[in-house]
Amino acid sequence: MYIEGVIHKLGDQINTDVILPGRYLAIRDPAELGKHCLEGLDPEFAARVQPGDILVAGRNFGCGSSREHAAIAIQAVGIGCIVAASFARIFYRNAINIGLPVVTCEGFALAARDLGKARIDLDKGEIIVGDQTFRAERVPDSVQQIIRCGGLVSYVRQRLETGNERSST
Amino acid sequence: MAATMTEKIFAAHAREGRARAGEVVSLTPEILLLNDISGPVAFQQFDAMGAVRPFDPDRIVLVADHFSPAKDVLTADSIKILRAFADCHHIDHYYDTGNGGIEHTLLAELGLVCPGSLVFGADSHTCTAGAFNASGMGFGSTDLAAVLALGELWAQVPDAIRVDLAGSPGPFVTGKDVILTLIGRIGCDGALDMSLEFGGLGLFALNVDERMAVANMAVEAGAETCVMEADEQLKTFVEERGASARNPVVADPAASYAAHETIELDRLEPIVAVPPSPANGMPVSSLADTRIDQVYIGNCSNGTLTDLRQAAQILTGRKVARGVRMIIVPATQKIYRAALREGLLEIFSEAGANISPPTCGACFGGHMGILADGETAIATTNRNFQGRMGHPGSRVFLANAWVAAAAAVTGEIRHPADVVGGTG
Repeated sequence: MYIEGVIHKLGDQINTDVILPGRYLAIRDPAELGKHCLEGLDPEFAARVQPGDILVAGRNFGCGSSREHAAIAIQAVGIGCIVAASFARIFYRNAINIGLPVVTCEGFALAARDLGKARIDLDKGEIIVGDQTFRAERVPDSVQQIIRCGGLVSYVRQRLETGNERSST
Repeated sequence: MAATMTEKIFAAHAREGRARAGEVVSLTPEILLLNDISGPVAFQQFDAMGAVRPFDPDRIVLVADHFSPAKDVLTADSIKILRAFADCHHIDHYYDTGNGGIEHTLLAELGLVCPGSLVFGADSHTCTAGAFNASGMGFGSTDLAAVLALGELWAQVPDAIRVDLAGSPGPFVTGKDVILTLIGRIGCDGALDMSLEFGGLGLFALNVDERMAVANMAVEAGAETCVMEADEQLKTFVEERGASARNPVVADPAASYAAHETIELDRLEPIVAVPPSPANGMPVSSLADTRIDQVYIGNCSNGTLTDLRQAAQILTGRKVARGVRMIIVPATQKIYRAALREGLLEIFSEAGANISPPTCGACFGGHMGILADGETAIATTNRNFQGRMGHPGSRVFLANAWVAAAAAVTGEIRHPADVVGGTG
């Protein structure tokens, strides 16, 4: 699967408070959340994003609060994939769970230019910019399994349908 | 093979029956914690998964804390959804305004966390459970929905960083200063995907409330979880609240750690984290004369009786400075009542502070004390990211309750000794 789009580049330690400010946390509608995406940092961000664009960030992207609303907002505003030098654990899991592609690639995160273009081959774990190819970090098997299902909801649904839940004793 | 405390707790809860750092295991926690923000999202996902009933209602704890008491119709609806899930599935552990409090402080108070237990929470500060020789892990709503549906969830067993605390804290130094020192040293991703394990005599020189303040902010260093050693003080605390401390978890002497840190408590002075990061800890004396508009004391890090007593020590016989708003938030109904009995609320109200009901409130920018553009607050909360407590043009400094109270009295960030004298 390929993602190709314009790069929106951010720095290190982008936290979930700036991605989706606390005052919006009672909102659950993805479209509504998308309007406020990254408002804490740049109120014009949501308006600039085109479907399929790529968010590129430095270290520890998505740090801070576990609010899933942050990942939902990024997906809803139209971002096709996030590439970062490293991700905060909870944010990474949230993105995988809702089917928002997240790729760890320090080399690309450093080299990427804001408003440049890139092509991401999710199956191969490669990012192509001009004549340069960057390799992403390998995704753990447990995560790959969820990605193959299209997210955690589908994964759990399948397990429940095959009677595979753990007993409570 | 020698194991860390984290490996032992994970192994005891893993379907695989074993857990070594780096392995992926399927874990079943004793407690699943959700609140009025994370719960409704989780329940939507639970339905979408085709799940009909949660795997064990007795393990589920639902707490209305973030926007409680309800701020407006939208947040009232969220709390209604939380309550409805509790009613529908016969979940006894449902807590709302008047009988609950801020989830992480409440969990400990109810005796639901004890040595060796594993807590999953749809809130990043679930790591607070580490103070009880337990492991608490924060997750998003969909992950919690999966545990509700399946009774287990995958996790990667983390490597651990050993933090040894030595000595004992000097005047006006408390748990908050320990954790701000650590995060200042290793950074907001210094413990990324790792566990922080705390021990040493310095840990035991802190009371349990102070240890909660340390464990609460483990996530601000990027940690997956945090486990602290148990001592008699911790055992007494847990047993007084009806839980068992029979089998404390101890790391094996040959346990392998990715890194070691030592913090000498005697050498600390009160630390203040400068916005916009919890990693920007500076000695309080270096920030003298920084004017503040609002003082906020109390949240899941520092809303305990210990914090309220620290604030009262500074405020007794003094007034909140002109032009400063002071908001004090006892973290639970029980703490509120204890503070009332001890005369602390009288001291606070006499001084001119607003005494809030237990709520997450303004800590996350929700309600009950939001900042306008250009305003500055000093708070005992755990994050000071841009816009955390209100307008993106506002600022929040993080500090302990003594320092925050001293700022309320003077209108500026000052060493508490400047207000009450050297030894406090």
